[in-house]
Amino acid sequence: MDIFDAIVVGAGPAGCAAAYTMAKAGLNVLVLDRGQYVGAKNMWGGAFFGPVMNELFPGFWKEAPVERFLSRHVISFMTKEDCLSVDFKSSHGDFDAAPGFIILRARFDRWMGGKVEEAGAIIATGLEVTDFIFEGNQIKGVKVGDEDFLANVVVLADGVNSLLATKAKLRSDFKAIDLKQGVKEVIRLPREVIEDRFGVTGNEGVVMEFVGSCTRGLPGGGFIYTNKDSLSVGVVVQLNALLKNQVKASDLIDEFKEHPAVRPLWRNGETLEYSAHLIPVSGIEMMPKLYADGIVVAGDAAAMVLGTGLILEGANFAMAAGIAAGETVIRAKEKGDFTSSSLSNYEQLLKSRFVLKDLETFRRAPHFLENPRIYNAYPELACGLMRNIFHSDGKPRKNTFETLWKSMQGKVSLWQIAADAMKARKAL
Amino acid sequence: MKVEEKLALNKFDIDREVHIRVDEAKCKSCDLKPCMYACPAECYTIRGEGGHLTFSYEGCLECGSCRFSCDEGAIDWVNPRGGFGVCYQYG
Repeated sequence: MDIFDAIVVGAGPAGCAAAYTMAKAGLNVLVLDRGQYVGAKNMWGGAFFGPVMNELFPGFWKEAPVERFLSRHVISFMTKEDCLSVDFKSSHGDFDAAPGFIILRARFDRWMGGKVEEAGAIIATGLEVTDFIFEGNQIKGVKVGDEDFLANVVVLADGVNSLLATKAKLRSDFKAIDLKQGVKEVIRLPREVIEDRFGVTGNEGVVMEFVGSCTRGLPGGGFIYTNKDSLSVGVVVQLNALLKNQVKASDLIDEFKEHPAVRPLWRNGETLEYSAHLIPVSGIEMMPKLYADGIVVAGDAAAMVLGTGLILEGANFAMAAGIAAGETVIRAKEKGDFTSSSLSNYEQLLKSRFVLKDLETFRRAPHFLENPRIYNAYPELACGLMRNIFHSDGKPRKNTFETLWKSMQGKVSLWQIAADAMKARKAL
Repeated sequence: MKVEEKLALNKFDIDREVHIRVDEAKCKSCDLKPCMYACPAECYTIRGEGGHLTFSYEGCLECGSCRFSCDEGAIDWVNPRGGFGVCYQYG
């Protein structure tokens, strides 16, 4: 039986990056994915930062199915009736100078799978890895039902629900408190309508993020991404908060879509797909052991997601970790040593890149972002202040400080604002 | 738009083999039924006069949320067999 240099489990951003890196270096690589085709199980919000993808596939936007590039970010506080936004538009060139790219995961990953195959790896889809083959503590391959596949190293990149990570004893299972649930609709809308409604032209695209009533004040937010001829509209909410408060994300997404500031954006659009996914959000605090004898783990399976409030970044970390995993296996092959001491190089590589550095920098951010005032009191305060400023009851106006003071009544105290600002300084 | 109408838009290749097994006997003593709030596809519902929990796996989006919701150990969760289940076209 053939022994592969590496078996990669999962053809998402982490798995494809790892497989491509190894195959390009001439390694004998097998990728196993449980979907009917590459991308079938892959779902996300919408956009990634460019540099890592460009390192992997220089000039990828010229051939990959990229929807649009990010040229406009809108961040909004919302209450049931109101919406207060910060709108940042940056017009610096086209795809070649873009800071970020909007893609649809299923389409894009299918393209990435093609690149992995071109580089010489074998991708086998429709195969669910059920267990490992052990020789003592050393992992020697994987099992797909009764079938065995042997390899010197397994790169585990099978996503947030990785039961295999627990079987490899890299971690215990994640907990509801460490997870957010994302639900999304892809809504078809003509290109010209998107351009008119969102104020963009050509390949320009928009991401909008909402905090407040879209999650009924629970930790999380709403989002809209403009694709080429559709919108991705959804909400992300802490799973534990859904369970405790007996709220369904399927209701939240409908409420979000019906909000007076949101409905006009997708009006007359036709829903094409409804999807859901979990996101590990507790950062370095929930990160497992990253390697053991004959195995390294990357991407969501290893909780490599950075949440800083304004950004929830996973795919970029997954790809960078995939490259590091690939490089680790290449070096291990040169040494002929696949034990954990040889694979510990993986952690060194992640420390030298942004992956572990960023997660360390923002170690306290996940805890900070659990503060309910961010999702309740502050949106109410910001919108309330605006409402008071832009409202006339026919009586003489009060000065602005008094208006602010009035807006704060019963929502938040000065002391709380000061304490939260101090915490934000430390966490973010 | 109801969740089941949304799910009808998705492409599924539904396995005849059930991938999530729910021990509905254990659900009888559970008051809160957090699984109902975990599942974005509303696969867990209360049906009939007795108010019993029923589970149907066909619309499962394989997000895994339900397996983190149950304290009774009533949910035995694995992925559908390879190739089966939801097939995202957009993702």
